[in-house]
Amino acid sequence: MNAITSARHLSATATAALLTPFLALLAIAFLLPLGVLLYESLFVPAPTVQHYAKVFDDPVYVRVLWRTLRISAIVTVATLVLAYPLALVMTRSRGAVLALLVACVLLPLWTSVLVRTYAWTVILQRNGIVNQLLQELGWTSGPVRLLYTEGAVALAMAHVLLPFMVLPIWAALRNIPDDYARAAAMLGASPLRIFVEIVWPLSRPGVASGCLMVFLLSMGFFVTPALIGGPQQMMMATLVSQQVRELLNWPFAGALVGCLLVVTLGLVLAFNRTLGLDRFVGSR
Amino acid sequence: MTAGRFVLHAAAWAVVVFLMVPTLVVVPMSFGPAEHLQFPPNGFTLRWYGDYFADPDWMSATWFSVRAGIIAAVGATVVGTMTALALVRGRVIGRRILDLLIVGPIVVPHIALAVALFLVFDRLRLNGTLVGFAIAHTVLAAPFAIFSVLAALYRFDADLEMAALSCGASRLRAFWHVTLPLILPGVLSGAMFAFIISFDEAVISFFISDIDGKSLPRKLFEDIDYNLTPVVAAVASLLSVVSIAVLVGGHVVGRITARRRAG
Repeated sequence: MNAITSARHLSATATAALLTPFLALLAIAFLLPLGVLLYESLFVPAPTVQHYAKVFDDPVYVRVLWRTLRISAIVTVATLVLAYPLALVMTRSRGAVLALLVACVLLPLWTSVLVRTYAWTVILQRNGIVNQLLQELGWTSGPVRLLYTEGAVALAMAHVLLPFMVLPIWAALRNIPDDYARAAAMLGASPLRIFVEIVWPLSRPGVASGCLMVFLLSMGFFVTPALIGGPQQMMMATLVSQQVRELLNWPFAGALVGCLLVVTLGLVLAFNRTLGLDRFVGSR
Repeated sequence: MTAGRFVLHAAAWAVVVFLMVPTLVVVPMSFGPAEHLQFPPNGFTLRWYGDYFADPDWMSATWFSVRAGIIAAVGATVVGTMTALALVRGRVIGRRILDLLIVGPIVVPHIALAVALFLVFDRLRLNGTLVGFAIAHTVLAAPFAIFSVLAALYRFDADLEMAALSCGASRLRAFWHVTLPLILPGVLSGAMFAFIISFDEAVISFFISDIDGKSLPRKLFEDIDYNLTPVVAAVASLLSVVSIAVLVGGHVVGRITARRRAG
């Protein structure tokens, strides 16, 4: 027995050898760059927390921070409301219908974020489809400015991030045995009561996982705010970009990234403790 | 009961429309003859697609992305397979920290990694180089390759490897002749995912590109911002078709390999 288990497992040396390329890659292309950037934020020009203080003191940056939190919260709630019914119907579908629904969730996920955001710039531009429709219906007399508004950013981000909410909720709903609902129905529970007392509580890990993923992605989202929000609707990521590309203010950009990393790490660790990291990984 | 059911299904299909339609709207517009985007298009032309293939800037960006994608796919798959093997068969010290490190490139906002790499690559003169893109995209895609191979390894019957070992095969030989052929669908689909992650990646590409070396998403980004011609719609449509084709192709290859091995 012992011989078999030891043969099944690789030696510590072999394990280390197999892990070396990945760890080396992470060290060079992940940990080192982030470390250098954080060093800039804390030690340039001298050891200081002034760059971090600026994020929370300067009203211009506080506004960006609040806008980022607000849009992220709106996007998280909106995707949850949109994703849940779809995930529920996916659980109850079979065969070709299920395959079609799964394809409709997965294909956007693997289509470039840039392409999906571009579609919204086309739809929302001055002479775009929405403005044409509004004028034909007689609701507005001239084109309305839709791009560069907070609503447009939230709408496009909800569209782009929706699959990240659907998949974990679907995974959680799929794991609920049919018997529970059937048993409750036989005992006379109404569909609403079955949902409130059985389905919703058991799907909560998936809901938590989806909300965490969407909120995290929203906080650091760059492409959609850059193309649809513009400088008028600056979010954390677009502010970082402006500091780096236009002002070459590396220490302040580092501090903004530091704040984002603290939020990310905090949420991931909190989530890890309550639900386990493997669940998070499994949801992908 | 039935009313509630109807509302639920109607809501779900409305969400499906919301998911699919905005992206699909661009495709017919890319065939419209007008100089600016029109919906519905008032004619049919392939002119914008011709313009794309005739433009040296678009072509060089495209080939740059193809090369970076292939290198990243190979790199991420090799590294990912080795890591997955270590996780399943090895004795890993500090497993929890390793798990955190693996999800690191996924959960850390791309903007953070993008500016960090931009800063370091600037000092190493790697911005705008194929080497820089390959390194950045390999680290981004490696976790997905790890998950893909891990899933295949969990489905794989470890006794088959044991049988090869007890018949006197070396570890390497057992892996090459027994394990690898059986987990190949997972390895290949991991490689496909890795290619698409690199090929579609826009944020890191946006920062580590320069005038001479830029990827297709970076070129697309610039043109969406500054010059909204129907060529952009044509490129966007092509990019979606490529992503979907690679994914469906990966799925089919996985299925066929799995069936052939089973049968």
